[in-house]
Amino acid sequence: MSLLGAPEVNKEGEFIVNIGPQHPSTHGVLHLKVWLDGEIIQKMEPHLGYIHRSIEKMSESLSYRNFIFATSRMDYLSAHINNQACALAVEKGLQIEAPPRAQAIRILLGELTRLSSHQLWWGCMGLDLGAVSPFFYAFRERELIMDIMEETCGARLTQNFMVPGGTMYDIHPNFQKRVKESLVKIKESFKEYDELLTGNVIFEGRTKGVGYLSAEDAISFGCTGPTARGSGVSSDIRKWFPYDGFEKIEFDEILDNGGDCYARYKVRMLEMKQSVRIIEQLIDNIPEGDYQAKTKNVIKLPKGEFYQRVETARGELGVYIVSDGAASPYRIKYRSPNFSNLSALEKMCTGAKIGDLVAIMATVDLVIPDVDR
Amino acid sequence: MNNEELKSALTAVNPNVTFDETSEFMQAFVAPADFRKFMKAIRNNADLEFDFLFCLTCIDWKTNLTMVYHLLSKKHRHQLVVKVKLDDVNNPILETVCDIWKTANFHEREVYDLFGVKFNNHPDLRRILLDDEWEGYPLRKNYVDENMISL
Repeated sequence: MSLLGAPEVNKEGEFIVNIGPQHPSTHGVLHLKVWLDGEIIQKMEPHLGYIHRSIEKMSESLSYRNFIFATSRMDYLSAHINNQACALAVEKGLQIEAPPRAQAIRILLGELTRLSSHQLWWGCMGLDLGAVSPFFYAFRERELIMDIMEETCGARLTQNFMVPGGTMYDIHPNFQKRVKESLVKIKESFKEYDELLTGNVIFEGRTKGVGYLSAEDAISFGCTGPTARGSGVSSDIRKWFPYDGFEKIEFDEILDNGGDCYARYKVRMLEMKQSVRIIEQLIDNIPEGDYQAKTKNVIKLPKGEFYQRVETARGELGVYIVSDGAASPYRIKYRSPNFSNLSALEKMCTGAKIGDLVAIMATVDLVIPDVDR
Repeated sequence: MNNEELKSALTAVNPNVTFDETSEFMQAFVAPADFRKFMKAIRNNADLEFDFLFCLTCIDWKTNLTMVYHLLSKKHRHQLVVKVKLDDVNNPILETVCDIWKTANFHEREVYDLFGVKFNNHPDLRRILLDDEWEGYPLRKNYVDENMISL
């Protein structure tokens, strides 16, 4: 295998090209080996594990309070929601529930995270397809959310704000005011987003009919999140198995039967509006009271197994804890959304042109540390 | 279907299945020899139709390795956990399910990589996360690495 220089040619006359692990469009260290006939992709093989840190093994020696913080480093764009999944899994084991105030804060921060994650995706998607300006537009609004995070949680990316029983601290006194101010700007920006990309002829040409994934394949490959919903598969965990009071909140699950890159794009764009809708319902109605339920200093889960899933910005994250009654988990498995979504990538790429590979990867929205864990 | 209906439907598929209802999901224990036939039947049976394999993993209990399959039916909205005990810890072998659920391809490679369970008839059973030259299976409880630091 020649990693550098001229591409390899096999007996059938197919070019074998290595894309990555260091390539701007992979948004991380993912290595794709592609077999090409002319510019048509015949076969594709992802090679992963470049950033494998054995978080599952590490968690086996950490306490139930500490293992949560490792998950911020998995899908770092949904750090809050990853933490929430772990906190909920531990709460399920302890048979406690977070107080109403904590639940509301968790949903608010989770939806802000989803918004900022989709904004980053939107900017990078434009960048991948050759449009530079969306990146700056997206980061302008994302910065507003990052500042809110910084003020309340003390960190911008790996917040580590969710703990078993609630949240680590109460929200900052400025939180509600700043969120409301930012939402006004964010809602205005959606119009600009649509003007820049959604109706753009070149953009539509690059995404419509590209990277088709059927509903049956999406289910069989275990796809979740916008990747599955772009193929018309209902998979929103917030609707299927509501957690932290999502059952009381009005919002729609966005589905699109297109199955192509454009459908996945539209799903994410509309999801941003739903996130705004959720935040608007809650921001003035945060219940008074405690932000954390009382838990023991050393948490020990009863013997058994607990499975908790949440909807991150990329799909279903499952935390599977097997406990033998000790102070640290016997086994933890993270069912990460990106790992399953990545396995469907070959199906979407086969038969497409090499130039479309970048568009397809952009709409699957991979975060590589979440694949490798 | 509720748990009682599920139980009778699953017993009709294979009378040797045993159940455990102490956890959140109902668990069905299947013998390795019946495993593949059982999985194929519950995927294709119109009343069961478990079409979504949302989690596939393995647990090392030292005396045996337990494979865990979390299943959901998108149509009927019922869930099930299928467990298979592999008693031969030194050479665990099980039939693959990656032609029934395509997602199993990557997940079985991960289990092979980290636990050393071999899947018969898997089209491409290689390590997925670690180097091809890696020795041992890190998520086994008896795994020792000289560079490992305990906290």
